[in-house]
Amino acid sequence: MLAWDILIRWSPGGLLPRPWEVVQGLTELAQKGLLFKYIVASLFRVTWGYVAAAVLAIPFGLMLGWHRRGELALNPLIQILRPISPLAWIPISILWFGVGDVAALFLIFMASFLPLTVTAMNAVKNILPTHLNAGRNFGLSPAQIVLKVIYPSVMPQLIAGLRITLGIAWLVVVAAEMIAVNSGLGFLIIDARNAGNRYDLVVAGMVMIGLIGLVLDLGMRRLEKLKSLRWGYASE
Amino acid sequence: MTPPSRTTARETKLRVQGVNKVFTRDGKSVNVLEDIDLEIRDGEFVCLLGPSGCGKSTLLNIVAGFTPPTSGQVYIDGEPVTGPDPRRIFVFQERGVFPWLTVEGNIGFGLFRLPPKEKARRIAHYVKLVGLSGFEQAYPAELSGGMKQRLEVARALAVNPDMLFLDEPFGALDSITRLLMRSELLRIWEAEKKTILFVTHDIEESVQLADRVVVMSARPAKIQRVVEIDIPHPRDISSPRYLKLRDGIFEEIGLAHKV
Repeated sequence: MLAWDILIRWSPGGLLPRPWEVVQGLTELAQKGLLFKYIVASLFRVTWGYVAAAVLAIPFGLMLGWHRRGELALNPLIQILRPISPLAWIPISILWFGVGDVAALFLIFMASFLPLTVTAMNAVKNILPTHLNAGRNFGLSPAQIVLKVIYPSVMPQLIAGLRITLGIAWLVVVAAEMIAVNSGLGFLIIDARNAGNRYDLVVAGMVMIGLIGLVLDLGMRRLEKLKSLRWGYASE
Repeated sequence: MTPPSRTTARETKLRVQGVNKVFTRDGKSVNVLEDIDLEIRDGEFVCLLGPSGCGKSTLLNIVAGFTPPTSGQVYIDGEPVTGPDPRRIFVFQERGVFPWLTVEGNIGFGLFRLPPKEKARRIAHYVKLVGLSGFEQAYPAELSGGMKQRLEVARALAVNPDMLFLDEPFGALDSITRLLMRSELLRIWEAEKKTILFVTHDIEESVQLADRVVVMSARPAKIQRVVEIDIPHPRDISSPRYLKLRDGIFEEIGLAHKV
């Protein structure tokens, strides 16, 4: 904080805000009701894009991992699509969905879908055959095997993948909001710059993005620490 | 000494009839098991003994119903085996317990059909039987290797199976724990009257445990000889009879007595 303050004082141009100015900016936004509104807007987009991706990608990835042929058929496609930055989908998403919420949701969905598919696929492959055999041996039905053996087997890896992917989704929402919509923290940043170089608000937006990202990550880490899910990281 | 009449009077529990197993890998077929015929009586403790990789575990997997034989048939209580069955539980080499369940959760795993009261009673009984009292809420990662193996035996016994298949269950344990586990298993076997088929590559282990030792040859595995161990439990492992039987098997497998 102190270094920040001193560096700004010495730097030429005077566009960048000092810490106190950022706090003032945040207060100003909060008073206008924009801060809360934008945070909710961003979280809303992340939640829906991410949850939709998780709901589709996890069963899809589990199926691919379970059926070797499915994986052989689709894995090359997945591997080609995976290195493409989600941001490269911006033009296409605007072409398909126009400028608006749907385009932003689509970007977040694209950013989350492939990593989650790959995580689920790999998680299935790490299920121990002895555990599946033990399940069959004790007379479990196929549905019970899914519930009592496969599900707990893949959970530790899935949770880790979900945590990393949520981080990616949070990165992407900022970019999506800069381009496709007119609300949210990403929009706040780009709008503050365009509307009169309000760099105090730009940095205020960045600070909020960082804080919320941290809170999301901490929340996911708490999930990882549940004992019945944590086994995957233990000495086994 | 156990009178032979006692064992022969018991009825046949398991019958392996002309079992062959051929694996195909990279276009080449490998004969793993050749013409296996074997009968095991109710309540008998039989060891399958052979060198590592000879196919004895494959035979156990076929008997347990996890792998179908290429030809031949396995009968248990006169019925052909078509798949795994909770009346016959397989105890794995290692990592067979579920790491996401506590000791209680693991032992109760196969008891989902029982009313909660009966389930709790059984769990308590088997926790005690295998000496895991005080660890009911512990996860496998918090247990030692020997405790994990006892936990798996408890999980198997809890569903009250009439047969146990054990695939080198003590192979990953240190030698002291292994000795303790053997006497535990014998104690449980005598208390619970199960038929046990036990795969091992350890000659001493087989002679200490089994009523009969089935000696298998290297691949393709055939039954080379069946040795009756006519020493009552607890066995004195320095008695002349024990040493004679043990040395007989050493010779059968073609190993000298010197290292």
